[in-house]
Amino acid sequence: MNYNFAFLDEDTKRMLRRALLKAVAIPGYQVPFGSREMPLPYGWGTGGIQVTAALLGPDDVLKVIDQGADDTTNAVNIRRFFARVAGVATTEHTADATLIQTRHRIPETSLRENQILVFQVPEPEPLRTLEPREAETRSLHALADYGLMHVKLYEDIAQYGHIATSYDYPVLVDGRYLTSPSPIPKFDNPKLDQSPALMLFGAGREKRLYAIPPYTRVESLAFEDHPFEIQRWEQQCELCGAGESYLDEVIVDDHGKRMFVCSDTDFCGQRRAEASA
Amino acid sequence: MSALLQVRHLSHHYGRRVGCEDVSFDLHAGELLCIVGESGSGKSTLLNTVAAQLAPTAGSVRYRQRDGAWLEIATLNEADRRRLAREEWGFVTQNPRDGLRLNVSAGANVAERLMALGVRHYSQLREIARGWLERVEIDPARIDDAPTGFSGGMQQRLQIARTLVTQPRLVFMDEPTAGLDVSVQARILDLLRRLVNELGLAAVMVTHDLAVARLLAARTMVMQGGRVVETGLTDQILDDPQHPYTQLLVSSVLTT
Amino acid sequence: MYVAVKGGEQAIARSLELLAEARRGDPALPELELAQIREQLRLGVARVMQEGSLYDEELAALAMRQAAGDMLEAIFLLRAYRTTLPRFGYSLPLDTSSMRVRRRVSGTFKDIPGGQVLGPTYDYTQRLLDFDPTAPAAVTPATAPLPSQMPRVLDLLDAEALIERFAPGDDAEPFDLTREPLSFPADRATRLQNLARGDEGFLLGMAYSTQRGYAESHPFAGEIRMGEVDVLVCPEELGFAIEIGSITLTECQMINQFQGGNGVPPQFTRGYGLSMGEGERKAMSMALVDRALRCDELGEASYAPAQNQEFVLSHSDSVEASGFVQHLKLPHYVDFQAELSLLRTLAAQQSATPNEQPLSTAGEQ
Repeated sequence: MNYNFAFLDEDTKRMLRRALLKAVAIPGYQVPFGSREMPLPYGWGTGGIQVTAALLGPDDVLKVIDQGADDTTNAVNIRRFFARVAGVATTEHTADATLIQTRHRIPETSLRENQILVFQVPEPEPLRTLEPREAETRSLHALADYGLMHVKLYEDIAQYGHIATSYDYPVLVDGRYLTSPSPIPKFDNPKLDQSPALMLFGAGREKRLYAIPPYTRVESLAFEDHPFEIQRWEQQCELCGAGESYLDEVIVDDHGKRMFVCSDTDFCGQRRAEASA
Repeated sequence: MSALLQVRHLSHHYGRRVGCEDVSFDLHAGELLCIVGESGSGKSTLLNTVAAQLAPTAGSVRYRQRDGAWLEIATLNEADRRRLAREEWGFVTQNPRDGLRLNVSAGANVAERLMALGVRHYSQLREIARGWLERVEIDPARIDDAPTGFSGGMQQRLQIARTLVTQPRLVFMDEPTAGLDVSVQARILDLLRRLVNELGLAAVMVTHDLAVARLLAARTMVMQGGRVVETGLTDQILDDPQHPYTQLLVSSVLTT
Repeated sequence: MYVAVKGGEQAIARSLELLAEARRGDPALPELELAQIREQLRLGVARVMQEGSLYDEELAALAMRQAAGDMLEAIFLLRAYRTTLPRFGYSLPLDTSSMRVRRRVSGTFKDIPGGQVLGPTYDYTQRLLDFDPTAPAAVTPATAPLPSQMPRVLDLLDAEALIERFAPGDDAEPFDLTREPLSFPADRATRLQNLARGDEGFLLGMAYSTQRGYAESHPFAGEIRMGEVDVLVCPEELGFAIEIGSITLTECQMINQFQGGNGVPPQFTRGYGLSMGEGERKAMSMALVDRALRCDELGEASYAPAQNQEFVLSHSDSVEASGFVQHLKLPHYVDFQAELSLLRTLAAQQSATPNEQPLSTAGEQ
């Protein structure tokens, strides 16, 4: 049988676009939406694919990454899904894509205007682990009452000497809403600030959408005397020699020998292609 | 001296059952008022209704904030009510475990309200938290310990530090010493008396214990069946009770 | 030389081939026909329809076969398909008092007008494995036909004003949970929709907990009825109702003691459960949980998990739960790497300052 272009019916896409417009209008605010059941399990990117499905046009060029890589199974599966139900062109090159759906990373290659980055979000509520009641967290957001989040950061420093949140590191968007950047490593947080590209976040299971519009101020929470810091490696990528990218550690033999390589496979591949040219 | 809090004809009903009925009083800056009565007399309901934790069925509560403006509590929106609770008021619960965050350290408990007010300097927060631990007689070396490992009395002192750290103008206390041993009680009452004086706090405290009222409060209200049956200077009430119920309360204390 | 892992696409293709082979099993045996599943596994079909929120026996049978009998997978398949179906309209409320009853029992009265009707039930089988099933004996015809209208048992109590009343038409237009997100606090109509789609095992456990002291529950099975109910729609252009078919339903009305409170006098209160097809366990569980979740409305003390609507409603859905639990098998290399670096830093600090507990912190001295 034939499915509608990009799987969802046009009414559902309109509902999603309305919610996305609202999200863009209120940066960082979680907009509840009528999340549909997608042919992909909850937790596997149902929010991301609904956002992508609502935005895709026939001329779009789609890139899908998971952990920075185009070839991880979940990324492949989502790309196959859209190739099947929308027939759009796909690419692995960040620069060529008009729409990039991602899980857990922001590409190393700088994004530009007119690109959209769609994040898959498992838990949109940054306060959830501190306050399980949804009715209460919504009040805290409404009142911008975020002392609780700082209690968590305080406690990290008190117990470990520094803030021990390494991914899904909370940010304040446009000085107003406390927001989860999705489980990207905190290494990627600075890329959220003043990004020329539109960033959209979809949480299918939790039925929330939110956005960071282009050129929006995004601050990672910190204390004045314990400023925000990102991960750094002593190593460089052993494939392309990059010293400024996020590295994956790979175990290469039975003796536990390891090497470090770029998590962003496209970035790494491009650098190697340039080097050999 | 003008009032800080004006309570007029305040009632709270649970369905058809009366919690408290037609209560009026004024509270002045720096004054500690005790509400005494047996359990079921409506004193905790009254406290919770005055502190905007329960919605009044009838009557009003007005509060004069720092800038001198009078606020009608029932008409405040949720945002203003929370701001007030955070910035100008404090609430000490009977069971410290209800008022503390048990999964974070003592220091985080004390610093929380400061962080809610926007203090973002870690070392400064630590310094203030240590100072307050000292003030409530907790060894500042225990700043990073979880309150679950504290004794009941220490937990209650920690709750007091956590509440007073932002220097509220008005504190509500619901039987803050009820669950504790007598010797521990005495130490906390002494501490409260000292802090109330030092900080010039106004406070409303609920207690079933007349001795607590005598120690702390200049003024006392006696409740029975949801209504105030007698109110006046604490010494006068204890030495010369007018209402038969107060007489009974006072004599039962004297005979035990 | 290390080469970054490639070939996800190919690996997926191979995996799908293996799955198809495993699903089919021994090709020497005939493939199950959908009609066989529909006819001989009807209770499974009912559950897939109910939790898949789609009354279609054929599609439910197809989903069960495709899922190799994994009910949660079959429910998921049906839900995903349901997303693509256009919404033509809404039926009129179903009238279960006009149900063509095939089973109807009450635990509250020995005899009831219309009688206790056992119908097809496993309740009185002896649960002995039947190693040699023979063709069933012909069903003995009933001596008298069942009445076409059977009053609901709870309506009998209603006449005495001993049970809370809900006048038809009192409720606001219900909210469609499959079109709008759940928000809290959720009203009863919304809660019932959520429970109706909820996982039977989860609801059963929750219901069971209310009987074991985790909620004040003193339930009686007021009535359980199962049978066929007509579905009516009223197209705008016609202006009158037409019948579009009938569906099998199981309805359970629990009666619970209530001491009175929140302005409500002491009386019996109701818990309600409804399930497509024959789904008695589900309908009963749902009714118990529904009643437990009414604690706030009735001013009851609320302390048990089954009374906590955020807890129950947020965790009842098997499609959500199954997806999120199993998403842990997706790659988390990046976050794991971040945690690994952090742990190494902490371990290095600890070994540098072996005698200090807790770790010394910057800016403290």
